[in-house]
Amino acid sequence: MTGPVVDLFTWINSRTGLNFSVFTDTYDGERFITGLITTVELSVLSMVLSVLLGLAGLWMLGAGGFWRALARGYVQLFRNTPPLVQLSFFYFALGGVLPTLTDSRGAQVPAVSGFGWAVLSFSLFAGAFNVEIFRSGVEAVPSAMIEAADSLGYTRLQLYRHVLVPLGLRICLPSLTNNMVNLVKTTTLAYAIGVPELLYAAAQIWSEVMNVREMMDLLLVVYIVLVALLVWLMERWERALRVPGYTP
Amino acid sequence: MAHELGSPVVVVRDVEKRFGNYTVLREVSLTVRRGETVCIIGPSGSGKSTLLRCINGLVPISSGSITVGGREVADAKLDVRALRRDVGIVFQQYNLFPHRTALDNVMMAPVIVLHQNPAEVRARAEALLAKVGLADKMASYPGELSGGQQQRVAIARSLAMNPKVMLFDEVTAALDPETKKEVLITIQALAAEGMTCILVTHEMGFARRVADHVYFTDGGVIVEHGTPEAIFSAPTQARTRDFLDKIL
Repeated sequence: MTGPVVDLFTWINSRTGLNFSVFTDTYDGERFITGLITTVELSVLSMVLSVLLGLAGLWMLGAGGFWRALARGYVQLFRNTPPLVQLSFFYFALGGVLPTLTDSRGAQVPAVSGFGWAVLSFSLFAGAFNVEIFRSGVEAVPSAMIEAADSLGYTRLQLYRHVLVPLGLRICLPSLTNNMVNLVKTTTLAYAIGVPELLYAAAQIWSEVMNVREMMDLLLVVYIVLVALLVWLMERWERALRVPGYTP
Repeated sequence: MAHELGSPVVVVRDVEKRFGNYTVLREVSLTVRRGETVCIIGPSGSGKSTLLRCINGLVPISSGSITVGGREVADAKLDVRALRRDVGIVFQQYNLFPHRTALDNVMMAPVIVLHQNPAEVRARAEALLAKVGLADKMASYPGELSGGQQQRVAIARSLAMNPKVMLFDEVTAALDPETKKEVLITIQALAAEGMTCILVTHEMGFARRVADHVYFTDGGVIVEHGTPEAIFSAPTQARTRDFLDKIL
């Protein structure tokens, strides 16, 4: 590894003893980047799935009867238990009883990878909050909008798709942003089941290089940047959805 | 109005509507013929708006019968959405979809509900908006329009569905005198073209000028009905006289 960044951190190391091996050592750098990519993948997949789950739950709440009860049960279960407990349950309890598959080299591999369980677990966790967030948005849409759509012959799906969700989303977008920020931070729990995301990669590095303090500093900075990027994107979306003369 | 009246479009027969123990409509019967303009007047809380909502099935009736174009509204097998396409309704508070432009508001239902060709719908929507005097406001959002302009967009939105009958629920009650006039002129033009219109209104001058037939309701019953001349100049019932004395 060469270049100005390497030179800078080598110089810092020689002057202060601080060892940011991620910038000076190729192997550590690659591990850290892999961790960063895994964290981003975990976050993006879980965000997309949790929003879909939120919409599905919203739809089920409006359907009444069995579906409504199912959506409520889902929200209670996943909102009211700790995410680390949920993740452990999926990985150790559920993952343990699933059959293993044989891969191309004849080795026994679990049917669902740790990454897979983490995505599922975080999606369900954040999705439960999204159901409530979307519900709060849709319930704040004046009932006159529903009456207008009904009187024009809209089906329930058309009502949700073209009126309730677009209007409700504008109302609940700040809450959704909060939940998505929480979700990004929650992905560090995947550390517990050995998914090589950022925290896991950092822990591997500091246990070998003994640079806990430096890796902790770096982790904080990386998460601040990641979340800032997400918030910036969400605020752009919020602005893009703004309608002249309408305050949700 | 001087035009020939056709076959009955809306027939209301002995309709009763109860909300719990409270009877809102009692033995209400009325017939509206094709091309006819009917005004329903009466004090607040006399069930006028409920009656309109019963006609397009937004509010189910407790007993009696309502037919629109020969179809029984209370029939459980009736396609309610098909009925609502035949019956346009314009509300006191306009109820436009605030996140879509005036043109979109008019286009949405024909495109989404009737699956009509968007290009054809667009041409028709532009013509309708021009007709209600809003050719220069097509790209405006409801929040950028005055109350009277919004109400005219709402009328165009209903007309885009090519309804057999138009219901107007105190459509000028929330407007100031100048904007009131532009909406009333729009409705008068519609009536003159032969659109079947049922209006719940407090505009006595308008009812007198435009209506073919006037119904006076009080306490959920039709107290008396007749030509505007008869109702406004020579009411036979004391309650009608009291009401007219109070407001005229």
